[in-house]
Amino acid sequence: MGTLNILVGVCLIYVAFLFLVAFAAERAALEGKGAWLRSPLIYTLSLSIYCTAWTFYGAVGYAARSGLEYLTIYIGPSLVMIGWWWLLRKLVRIGRSQRITSIADLISSRYGKSNLLAVGVTVLAVIGTTPYIALQLQSVTVSFDVFSSAYGAELTDAAQGSNALLVAAGLALFTIIFGTRNLDVNERHHGVVMAVAVEAIVKLLALTAVGIFVVWGLAGGVGDTLARIDASEIGQWQMRGDRWATLIFLSGAAFLCLPRMFQVMVVENEDEDHLRTASWAFPAYLMVMSLFVVPIAVVGLDLLPPGSNPDFFVLTVPLATGNDALAMLSFLGGFSSATSMVIVAALALSTMVSNHIVMPIWLSTQSGGASVSGDVRHVVLLSRRISIAAVVFLGYLYFRLSGGGTALASIGLVSFAGVAQFLPVLVGGIFWRGATRTGAFVGLSVGFVIWAYTLLLPSFGAGTLVSESMLANGPLGLGWLRPQAFFGISGMDPLVHAIFWSILLNTMSFFVASLVGFPSPLERLQGAQFVNVYEHSSTPQSWGGSLAQTEDLMVMAQRIIGAREAQNLFEREAKRQGMSGLLPEPSPDFLQRLERELAGSVGAATAHAMIGQIVGGASVSVEDLMAVADETAQMMEYSSKLEAKSEEQARTARQLRQANEKLTLISEQKDSFLSQVSHELRTPMTSIRAFSEILRDSDRLTENEKIKYSSIIHDEALRLTRLLDDLLDLSVLESGRVNLNMQSGSLKGILDHAVSSALTGAGADKMRVVRNDQQEDLMLHTDLDRLSQVFINLIGNAQKYCDATAPKLRIEVGRANAALVVDFIDNGSGIPKTEQAVIFEKFSRTGEQKVKGAGLGLAICREIMTRLEGSVEYLPGQGGAAFRVTLPEQVAMAAQ
Amino acid sequence: MGKNVLVIEDEPNIIEAISFILSRDGWSVATHSNGHDAVGVVQEAMPDLVILDVMLPGKTGYDILRELRSEDATQGLPVLMLTAKGQVKDREMAERAGASRFMTKPFSNAEVLNAVRELVAG
Repeated sequence: MGTLNILVGVCLIYVAFLFLVAFAAERAALEGKGAWLRSPLIYTLSLSIYCTAWTFYGAVGYAARSGLEYLTIYIGPSLVMIGWWWLLRKLVRIGRSQRITSIADLISSRYGKSNLLAVGVTVLAVIGTTPYIALQLQSVTVSFDVFSSAYGAELTDAAQGSNALLVAAGLALFTIIFGTRNLDVNERHHGVVMAVAVEAIVKLLALTAVGIFVVWGLAGGVGDTLARIDASEIGQWQMRGDRWATLIFLSGAAFLCLPRMFQVMVVENEDEDHLRTASWAFPAYLMVMSLFVVPIAVVGLDLLPPGSNPDFFVLTVPLATGNDALAMLSFLGGFSSATSMVIVAALALSTMVSNHIVMPIWLSTQSGGASVSGDVRHVVLLSRRISIAAVVFLGYLYFRLSGGGTALASIGLVSFAGVAQFLPVLVGGIFWRGATRTGAFVGLSVGFVIWAYTLLLPSFGAGTLVSESMLANGPLGLGWLRPQAFFGISGMDPLVHAIFWSILLNTMSFFVASLVGFPSPLERLQGAQFVNVYEHSSTPQSWGGSLAQTEDLMVMAQRIIGAREAQNLFEREAKRQGMSGLLPEPSPDFLQRLERELAGSVGAATAHAMIGQIVGGASVSVEDLMAVADETAQMMEYSSKLEAKSEEQARTARQLRQANEKLTLISEQKDSFLSQVSHELRTPMTSIRAFSEILRDSDRLTENEKIKYSSIIHDEALRLTRLLDDLLDLSVLESGRVNLNMQSGSLKGILDHAVSSALTGAGADKMRVVRNDQQEDLMLHTDLDRLSQVFINLIGNAQKYCDATAPKLRIEVGRANAALVVDFIDNGSGIPKTEQAVIFEKFSRTGEQKVKGAGLGLAICREIMTRLEGSVEYLPGQGGAAFRVTLPEQVAMAAQ
Repeated sequence: MGKNVLVIEDEPNIIEAISFILSRDGWSVATHSNGHDAVGVVQEAMPDLVILDVMLPGKTGYDILRELRSEDATQGLPVLMLTAKGQVKDREMAERAGASRFMTKPFSNAEVLNAVRELVAG
């Protein structure tokens, strides 16, 4: 137990040491003293998280079981580092210029910033990584178990569980502390990287120490070791070409696509040039890591009793030979491998989960939308921390639920195959501008479905998730869909089969769907940005670029300001630059002008961002996007305001037009009124002037003539006076400045007065007036003088215009529609229908002018009745001319 | 016997005044007081001069004048137009319709007499 306690103590000290290293690195970086932090060596060492506990312990086991095949796991990444250097460099450049935070971010950014795609990649990455984290936790607990059982202390399941939980909690804590200390736009975590680098050294030292001990301590030198290898089963091992090719491809693909690898390789990269060093140093590291695998396996197989787990030979060989210190170092190596993987994986996954799942959900629950400001950082950090804890806990949960059994053993390759599905979309996205979001969706979906169907589900063993009959005969008896023998091609290794079909169909559907569909503008822009990253990211400050970009600018400008305008603008610029073609050189001058032009349509921030997308080195930052969103919101508000305004203007214009029409009408009416007034005034004045001149100039006039002409002058003078009176009366009535003199009196009395006033002069006796005393027995309360004026006018008109030989006027009082009506009906020929409408207008005398009158009488009557809140109207169909005066009920009521 | 003047006017007092003035000067005056049949009356009477009011019941003086000007017989007939509407546009309309002379009411008797003499003599 003493050694066990020492082990725990060493572990704790080691962990404390890692904390210290991480803390020191953070501090140094903060103080700007950490030049050594940014060395290519640290970068190379951090890449070693590729070698997890699965590689540290498992490689020996792999070798013991399958010979040299374990080498493929190292060859793949080495080939990538050496041979695909240009691809890595491009990835790193894109990652830096676009401020990519994870592989999900990269894929979603490339395909038009589709968050759905990001969510998909995140979910798939979590599915692929969780078993892997579980595997690390298992390795730590099992190695602890191995250690303790070597000292006769069997650990219970519960103790194993609590060990795993402790380790998980510790790792989560570490990741939270050093992974989310602050929000760095560049997402660099010096503490984590430094700790990982230290662990990489520990791993290497441990494995090399064990290897040296085995070769020189146990086997007796290199020669002897080689002889032992030849003698062992491993020496008889036969290489299977298809499996090798597949595994090399697979590990290479996984090296590129694993979220944790992406984290250290792209996100944490300080300097592109580090890749140059890493391209040879990392393969060298892997070589050393793999160097002693076979000797340890061979010696372990010889040394240890048959049936012992070769996966832990690294640990058990030193233990069995009593080398406690070496065993402890070996344990620390395994521990380092496990913890560094969990830490970086948790960091990478939490970034994805937080950025693409938690934050969008949180933002959508905020009613304020984009207006959130200060506290977003806090929320982001919290969401990262929770995500880290959740990812690690998920791994722990998987470990507990799967029982830590054999299911975990194969999980490494299954995981690799899962993340390898990102490869076509990733590589296609950075090399092929035609790749579209739809293509990415389809390709990823197809790849993952086939992966799950052919590899993941069967990996749990026949009869668990996939029934044996389905494995043997295909689903629903469809033989060509058998999970491990697609299209009837059987006899392939299940892993090779799965990789072959999933990657093939993934790639094919990705290409076909991309070719069939059209990329959206943003995808186009992003595509150009990614594929041509070298041209785009070389000029940081002022704009500038190649002629090829002008075409992209043209496409964008056409979308924004319209095809013709864009073409004109570009042609004008080309001419200004003295270019022969239609496309100008994208000189800073031109780009600035273009930006200004575009800003008029889409706003300055958007224009800047869009041009920046095509020619600028700077990618679109969160601030840019916020500004764009802000601008868009403002423009939408502005345009809705404009819309409202233009509606208002249309309304005002309509009103103005109506008012204008009315004014024109009034003006015309006024002109015609003045003209008529002039006519009505000049006519009597003509007579007056003519006869007064006759009287003045002629001395031979008879007395009769003198009297006659004087009378004419007199009458015409009176006519003038009446006309002026009427005009004044009408103008007062029309202006509404009438003072009504409200009195009470009987209707009969008023009519009596009106009849006697109207029927005067020549022909007064001829007109017979028929009345009904009983009807007239009513008291009224109104302006009696005004009412009387109306009556006089109507009776007078009847007298003037009734053409019957025996003129008769009936005056009838009655009720209609709850109002008092007084009708004046004569027995003449009445007023023609065509003229009934105009008789109430000013100067509208009808028919031939037999009787003199200004033609204002009825107009005055109408105005008076309006003031008395009643009306006067022509009553058609009564035989002769008929007028109805209507008085409101209360005029009669009030008097009673 | 003097020359014939036809007065077409609907205001009885004005007819009387014009008739008096012209008769006293030796003119033979005929009168007519509505627009309906004024053209026919002119063509029948074929006076040496027509004094024509604008505002007539039935047909305006302008219309009557236009009709007279369109007939060969009355094309050159001197027509003195009288109007009680004193606006510029009334004078223009009279000229366009073909009035030989245009006068605004109220006129001076001497003015009318001179105009008649000139128009018939000219």
